[in-house]
Amino acid sequence: MSTRLSLARGLRIARVLLSTQYAYMLEYRAEIALWALSGVLPFIMLGVWSAALAAGGDDAGLGLGLSQAELARYFLGAFIARQFTVVWVVWAFEEDSLAGRLSPYLLQPLQPLWRYVAAHLAEQATRLPFVAVIAALFFLLQPAAFALPSPGRFLLAVLAIWLAFAIHFLLQSLIAILCFWSERAQALERLLFIPYLFLSGLVAPLAAFPPGVRQVAFFTPFPHMIGFPAQLLAGLEVSIASSFAAMAGWIALLLPLTALAWRAGVRRYTAMGA
Amino acid sequence: MLVPVPSAPLPPVPQTPSEPIVVARGLCKTFRVAEKQPGLGGTLRHFLRRRHRDVPAVTDVSFTIQPGEIVGFLGPNGAGKTTTLKMLTGLIHPTAGSATVAGHTPHRRQRGFLEAITLVMGQKQQLIWDLPPLDSLRVNAAVYGLDDTEARRRIDELAEMLELGEELTRPVRKLSLGQRMKAELMAALLHRPAVLFLDEPSLGLDVNAQARVRQFLVDYNRRTGATVLLTSHYMADITALCPRVLLIHGGRLFYDGRLAGLSERLAPWRQVRLELAQPLPAETFHSYGELESLDGAEVRLLIPRQRLTEVVARLLNELPVLDLEVSDPPIEELIGRLFRQGVVA
Repeated sequence: MSTRLSLARGLRIARVLLSTQYAYMLEYRAEIALWALSGVLPFIMLGVWSAALAAGGDDAGLGLGLSQAELARYFLGAFIARQFTVVWVVWAFEEDSLAGRLSPYLLQPLQPLWRYVAAHLAEQATRLPFVAVIAALFFLLQPAAFALPSPGRFLLAVLAIWLAFAIHFLLQSLIAILCFWSERAQALERLLFIPYLFLSGLVAPLAAFPPGVRQVAFFTPFPHMIGFPAQLLAGLEVSIASSFAAMAGWIALLLPLTALAWRAGVRRYTAMGA
Repeated sequence: MLVPVPSAPLPPVPQTPSEPIVVARGLCKTFRVAEKQPGLGGTLRHFLRRRHRDVPAVTDVSFTIQPGEIVGFLGPNGAGKTTTLKMLTGLIHPTAGSATVAGHTPHRRQRGFLEAITLVMGQKQQLIWDLPPLDSLRVNAAVYGLDDTEARRRIDELAEMLELGEELTRPVRKLSLGQRMKAELMAALLHRPAVLFLDEPSLGLDVNAQARVRQFLVDYNRRTGATVLLTSHYMADITALCPRVLLIHGGRLFYDGRLAGLSERLAPWRQVRLELAQPLPAETFHSYGELESLDGAEVRLLIPRQRLTEVVARLLNELPVLDLEVSDPPIEELIGRLFRQGVVA
């Protein structure tokens, strides 16, 4: 589909789409607050790992190399990174596809995936105050862990979170596009969730895994999606250049793949339910 | 009995000087459908050795539409109307044949094409459910590159034509079906498309709302010169809007011409209603035509069109006629009979 836009027109579409989607998300603010609260897995894992450390875990060979305060900040960072990289495009796309709502989008001179990008960004903006409140509460309950990243680190963390969101969105879009073939693409997303859960750093810092797993994980997109931004936010030592390079590489790979899959998928589209 | 409109040679070159804005040439669409028998055995067989069947939805459909025409697309459910519309809007690729709409090949979905067309599909909606229609209209205005002033002007104009006011600031979910449909039309027409594909635009609306949508389409066509291809189950839509109709059945085009001509084609006879001075036995009428009904002194006869003048003259001369009325059978009755009896098969 030839949908190239001029920059000014593209910016105007972005502004209007974002403001409209933000208004839409505000209608669901209570639900979004609950979603934000439901993302407390990192805090549960913090409890587990803290207990292990308190029981002399590092002596027992856990190998985290983190103090209690650093561990707490890492999991807070993981919570924040997760909140701003949550992606649900596969469910929305599949539902729209089966209900025939995709057809009007396909008939407009705008790549339909941009609508979902705008919806995700608007949802993130709606989550922001809830996440800020939860972070503030966290530091109230764990005053020893309180530390703010330097402005430079914070900006790098913001950039890392955006790139992580882009990778997650592209990965899930690729699966969503399979709707054009399978009609039930979200089942495949479940397969992706397992490596994401364990290798992203959501349940444990990657340092907790054996060296072989860590090496393999580095060549997947997962450790960059939660672990890397969490380490940046927590002020921990991390290989910034190589992680950003890996993220850029994944985006460079996924972007044309998504575009190709889209082109092939649209050819197959039979306007189900439309 | 009707036979499909032959698709080769290609549609006749129009006599009007303008080029057709919609051209369908031998359009075909076949869907591959998985077959599954009921029960556990059927499910297992379906899982292990899936069988497919090719279902032809549209076969060799050809027609042209001139700019500014309003054409009705008639046919029973499953006849291939929506599939044809989807091919003409580029939503699906034809299995064979080709289409040109506003100078573009639809399935390429180029920007110029997408800006020139719109598709309204009955109950399917593009409006954002929890926000007022104005929000969706703002998005559409941006997507189609309308500046704020122009968008405002078009929204006001369409709102006036569709008699929408404060409804535009109420969440879509709070609107009635008729109000939603009108707002959908606004969203679909904001970019002022040259070609409108309307698939059951009045489906589910009450009689008043149907009439308002109908009047709007007439006004819109008059004001903008837009071309309209319309499917509807409501004959009132077709008779009020469409001087020309396409009739499709079983995926094949059976008729392409004037609505008035369709009744001649489908029913080569006319209905004559007589009111007599006194009742007469049924045998009296056999020499005039087919006796459709006899109710005391009121008689209904079906007379072949070519014999109409002669038979009417004889009726007036030979029988004690108080009143005589000649009419075409209602078009919806003809089409309903046509599809029920499979006359076109």
